[in-house]
Amino acid sequence: MGLKFSLLMVTALILGVFLGVEALGLSYLFGVIIPYIALATFIIGFVYRVVKWGKAPVPFRIPTTCGQQKSLSWIKQNKIENPSTTSGVVARMALEVLFFRSLFKNTKAQLVDGQRLVYQWEKWLWLGGLIFHWSFLIVVIRHFRFFLEPVPAFVRLIEKLDGFFLVDLQNVYLTGVLLLVAITYLFIRRVFIPQVRYVSLAADYFPLFVIMGIALTGILMRYFTRVDVVAVKELALGLFTFNPTVPEGISILFYIHLFLVCVLISYFPFSKLMHMGGIFLSPTRNMANNNRAVRHINPWNYPVKVHTYEEYEDEFRDKMRAVGLPLEKDGTEGEKEAATTKE
Amino acid sequence: MAKLPKPDQLLNIDFRPPKTGWTETPVDFRPGTWLYPGKPESLQTVGLPNPRQWSPEDEDWKLPENWKEIILEGLRERLGKFRSLQLFMDTCVRCGACADKCHFFLGSGDPKNMPVLRAELLRSVYRKDFTTAGKIFGKIAGARDLTVDVLKEWFYYFFQCTECRRCSVFCPYGIDTAEITMIARELLNLVGLNIDWIVTPVANCYMKGNHLGIQPHGLVDSFEMLTDDIADITGVQIELSFNRKGAEVLYIPPSGDVFANPGTFSLMGQLMLLHEIGLDYTLSTYASEGGNFGLFTSHEMMKRLNAKMYAEAKRLGVKWILGGECGHMWRVINQYMDTMNGPADFLEVPVSPITGTRFDHAKSTKMIHITEFTADLIKNDKIKLDPSRNDNYKVTFHDSCNPSRAMGLLEEPRYILQKVCNNFYEMPEETIREKTFCCGGGAGLGADENMEMRMRGGFPRANAVRYVHEKHGVNMLSCICAIDRAVLPPLMHYWVPNVDVCGVHELVGNALVMKGEKKREENLRFEPIRTEEDEDV
Ligand code: HEM
Ligand code: SF4
Ligand code: SF4
Repeated sequence: MGLKFSLLMVTALILGVFLGVEALGLSYLFGVIIPYIALATFIIGFVYRVVKWGKAPVPFRIPTTCGQQKSLSWIKQNKIENPSTTSGVVARMALEVLFFRSLFKNTKAQLVDGQRLVYQWEKWLWLGGLIFHWSFLIVVIRHFRFFLEPVPAFVRLIEKLDGFFLVDLQNVYLTGVLLLVAITYLFIRRVFIPQVRYVSLAADYFPLFVIMGIALTGILMRYFTRVDVVAVKELALGLFTFNPTVPEGISILFYIHLFLVCVLISYFPFSKLMHMGGIFLSPTRNMANNNRAVRHINPWNYPVKVHTYEEYEDEFRDKMRAVGLPLEKDGTEGEKEAATTKE
Repeated sequence: MAKLPKPDQLLNIDFRPPKTGWTETPVDFRPGTWLYPGKPESLQTVGLPNPRQWSPEDEDWKLPENWKEIILEGLRERLGKFRSLQLFMDTCVRCGACADKCHFFLGSGDPKNMPVLRAELLRSVYRKDFTTAGKIFGKIAGARDLTVDVLKEWFYYFFQCTECRRCSVFCPYGIDTAEITMIARELLNLVGLNIDWIVTPVANCYMKGNHLGIQPHGLVDSFEMLTDDIADITGVQIELSFNRKGAEVLYIPPSGDVFANPGTFSLMGQLMLLHEIGLDYTLSTYASEGGNFGLFTSHEMMKRLNAKMYAEAKRLGVKWILGGECGHMWRVINQYMDTMNGPADFLEVPVSPITGTRFDHAKSTKMIHITEFTADLIKNDKIKLDPSRNDNYKVTFHDSCNPSRAMGLLEEPRYILQKVCNNFYEMPEETIREKTFCCGGGAGLGADENMEMRMRGGFPRANAVRYVHEKHGVNMLSCICAIDRAVLPPLMHYWVPNVDVCGVHELVGNALVMKGEKKREENLRFEPIRTEEDEDV
């Protein structure tokens, strides 16, 4: 259901731009107004979400330890998987964010002969995910070419490396293709692995379709229909310098591409895509396991009702005395008194 | 009680998800898979809400009238208190990497035992009431109303998670379903939904100092039985002291080890060791429980029970605290105690009086683990060991969930094992250390009425034991957890007969050469030791 719904939504969105631009001539709306709104939504929404998380306290230090702790001097600590210092945490986080360290641990459990569990090599999700994210990042960086004049050196450098391959005497950006391949893989696994399909929601398919749409229209524009790049750059620069104009003759494909990007970024803060911000804050990963060395403070720590030793001794005094346990209050006199008054 | 199916019947696991979507698939309260609810008296003892007689099989769970309000308000409060909860609700991408990491999923095939779906049980309700998308789009955004049926599902599945944290090792964002389960159980407790195997130990521990509710004189008697056994086996008479002011160290083992085999053997090993090195320590009858089932109830209950350790250490005026072999106990001590009940400024940084080693890694909490202490003794050659006394055993080691994934106590017990026995074999890489599999009975789920689920949850662990049993002839599964020692023996009996379970310090006790001991003919189980001379014959 989620799959169909998301596909329908994305199709409707594309149809919307098509009608809007081609039939109603709303190119200013789709070329200028919506991009501004989307960007504002993205920035405000993203900041709002991160600030909201950041404001929530971290009452306890709960790292998931994935290696040997720091204890005796002669036992080798795993300083990254079980960090006890800030630099260890930074290294752990860098590995997570840049290389998806935890996902790299993935295996696939399988019951063979109906009785033996075996754990098989399974790094495809890691590989697909990593390729997708890095390609996405590089594609985004390459797009700065449209927004900045002159084009910064690092953007040129990345372009050059990325466009290393020639096909039919034309530079093909590797990341553009990889992005599409990887996102398609992520989609396929979501549909074909029964368990993953079972847990998938519309919110899981939707970004996949949107990103697929973005990558597809991008590739079509670059290699097949040849959009008017000069005009596009004029539009982009105009947006970037708050001096928007809408040049004539930009193909509808571009408007679809741009609109899907707008959809993606304005959807971003309301969705699971916020994992981009969340991963940095995750307390099971970004805290040092120095719990016993440095006290962690819980800002809302409050006093609780406890059963004190005095109450305990009051209840068991006689029995404790009988087996010779030391007592705080011997209590024999008091009891004698009580006994006499009772009589 | 439900009849336990045979192992091959149990292994008929269907991993295909049902035809119906998970929100449309109702829970089947099949006997053998769930636990009896908390006794009203126990709830009353510790002041938990809504004490009453009820059963999960009943239609009417006798909830308070405004139960829904209570739960949603409780959720709102906790979202404000725990960043972890907010993040774990918001960031999951449902990639499924955690799915086949949970022992309950592997043993049951039930998709709601995939950590991701277990979390979605709560997340779906969270979406409905706390997110914009959920409020507007409802079902299509994965949101659903909190109904009685949802609540029942929570009860079933959040008491079918052993808070083992294995899933969190594999999740790219570190989403820890154990944390979600802990908070979900807090919410369930707000309306009186809990299980007796947790609440009654909590109540006992609160009033009497230990899970079984043993009174002070009974506790002293039980310890004396252990020292009598030690005297029979070694010829050495050990004097213990309880509640003694002015001792250097307060020693707190889990109470489970005082009363039931094979925990008793492990405790005997510890008592022998501490006697042999002449440590000036005391036991306490008031703080006679290392374990803390409050961890499985609520953060507040955890703090209430844990408070005794520092309070008693302060009253007795000891310098530092030594903790026994127990799993979840060490989650509490390592990750919560100092924050909750510290600062322990009345104690000193632990220093081993025998080796002079300063345990700086515990300089704030001032409590160290017995295997840290013993490893240090062995490393410094302070005790004499004869590992051949454990030659009857081919040993492997089960990492308990909490010391591995909430602490990282991996090498200390292994170092000890290498020194006290001659035959040690590791289970496969994917099933030990931080990737260790749960015993199937942690987090308060070690009851008898859910035996089928325990056997299912314990299957991945047992399967790895069987591997080394068949390959190397392993016949002894060692561990450092009292719950393990209670639940692993039936698990082994069911899946891998002929493998026994022991604490690491049982093997230490066997190997320990004591001053003035008689010739050891029996190990701590009163079984004959196969000595080298026997072999010569
Ligand atoms: C710090 C930056 C980021 C990190 C560390 C990160 C990490 C991850 C990881 C580990 C996964 C799970 C594995 C996978 O499916 O690849 C994932 C999934 C995903 N990420 Fe990111 N991500 C980041 C930023 C982004 C951004 C900017 C987007 C852009 C739209 C994005 C889109 C997605 C999508 C759509 C999925 C789900 C894939 C699926 O359905 O299987 N991520 N991310
Ligand atoms: S591994 Fe983490 S992100 Fe992936 S489904 Fe499980 S909890 Fe969600
Ligand atoms: S904490 Fe353990 S039992 Fe709970 S969902 Fe995760 S893997 Fe399963």
